[in-house]
Amino acid sequence: MALLQTQNLVAHYGDFQALFGVDIELGDAETIAIIGANGAGKTTLMRSICGVLRNDAAAVTYDGTAIGAKPADEIMSKGVAMVPEGRKLFPSLSVEENLLIGTYGRKVSGHWNLKTVYELFPILAERRNNPGTALSGGQQQMVAIGRALMSNPRVLLCDEISLGLAPVVIKDIYKAIPQIKAAGASLIVVEQDIAQAMAVADRVYCMMEGRVTLSGTPESLSRDKIHNAYFGAGH
Amino acid sequence: MIWIDTIIQGILLGGLYALFASGLSLVFGIMRLVNLAHGDLIVMGAYLILVLVSLLGLSPFIAVFIAMPAMFGVGWVLQRYLLNRTLGDDILPPLLVTFGLSIALQNALLEGFSADSQRLPTNALTTASVDVGPITLGVMPLLTFASAVLVIVGLNQLFYRTELGRAFRATSDDATTASLMGIKPANIFATATGIALVIVTIAALYLGLRANFDPNIGPARLIYAFEAVIIGGLGSLWGTLLGGIIIGVAQTLGAAINPEWQILAGHIAFLIVLLVRPRGLFPRAND
Repeated sequence: MALLQTQNLVAHYGDFQALFGVDIELGDAETIAIIGANGAGKTTLMRSICGVLRNDAAAVTYDGTAIGAKPADEIMSKGVAMVPEGRKLFPSLSVEENLLIGTYGRKVSGHWNLKTVYELFPILAERRNNPGTALSGGQQQMVAIGRALMSNPRVLLCDEISLGLAPVVIKDIYKAIPQIKAAGASLIVVEQDIAQAMAVADRVYCMMEGRVTLSGTPESLSRDKIHNAYFGAGH
Repeated sequence: MIWIDTIIQGILLGGLYALFASGLSLVFGIMRLVNLAHGDLIVMGAYLILVLVSLLGLSPFIAVFIAMPAMFGVGWVLQRYLLNRTLGDDILPPLLVTFGLSIALQNALLEGFSADSQRLPTNALTTASVDVGPITLGVMPLLTFASAVLVIVGLNQLFYRTELGRAFRATSDDATTASLMGIKPANIFATATGIALVIVTIAALYLGLRANFDPNIGPARLIYAFEAVIIGGLGSLWGTLLGGIIIGVAQTLGAAINPEWQILAGHIAFLIVLLVRPRGLFPRAND
């Protein structure tokens, strides 16, 4: 049985419908990637899973429980942590405080703590007393990932972690993904960078205009298939 | 010499204004909520202490410790079930609702306690004084000032040394992202208002021991508190203490020149600071 699953998930912003019946599945210790162009509904899907957008209870199931209607703080405390798009560090908190606040709603012992997060991203240890927002974009992204890991989540949602970063920085960030997987978390990685997503994912979902247009293992998906699913046929 | 004495009395009076203002500053700093009923809540706190003193025969200094948790509960419920519903992008609803709350509180107090002015019973301590060189200082003003400093030190410790303080700051920065950390913003706001009303109760103790109070004096206390917060810079607690001191010194200096000028001098000092530093003396960088 899937660890996390969406079933016929729909989402609206006012009159605008952003998701039209999205079904995805995440297995235990699996990494899936959600790819798609701007406006495909990837971030809306993440926001629906983590509870920032509320849904019908049955639209999202986690560990056998319907969580679609639960608020974000309850979902987080059950073990679904989010690295939000745009990093969203707390400007009033130092780097270390940003990491520590990650455990506010869930304190479980596991692989991740301040020490292991600093081992994963050593630069953060040097900057621990700086305000989070005084860091470079890549370092801020490391804080955002570390902050989510601090609660030892079972599911880690990574929303556009490469957005706006230089390629060399993206490589550094993605180097951490295998270690995060090895520590036992299941991951959903949302990406516009297809190559990056394919390299880390066990399975890939491609979205367009609020629907899943393609899914499968990276090996099974040809360039053409992905191109059509990503941009629509005829492009 | 008399001027030094006047200035020191003003500084100590500033402690009282800082106590009036700290709760307001705390609530504004965390949720950008201007509570227009703040002054009336101080008066309500004073009546609560008075009731405990009269019914149980306690010293006001003991009664305040019973009143504090009760006022915390009042603040928590008020924020959780009423004021949270007014928060949003529009700043008007919280102003209107707390303005209404202010009127309702005044009338409820008037109904319950009549318009007669009251005072908390004084004892030897409240009239005692100490000589510091040539200057004589009242023990009460000293205690008031010390309490204000303690409250601000305590709030700063809470803000910067505890997990709850981190949650306050994170929620103030970005409530949605805070909820992704497992924080319930609604409860954080309720706790903040609860703590603000604990400080209000301390302010109420010194208000009631220092002078007479009646159900209608709340709005004037709100004005002093407001001025202290704005002089200090919105959200800065040490700034709030300094703001209180500036108003206190201006008032005692004004009164020393002409007793009719006491209140006016405080307001003029406020206007001068606003002219020179429109964002207050210690504004937060991200406001």
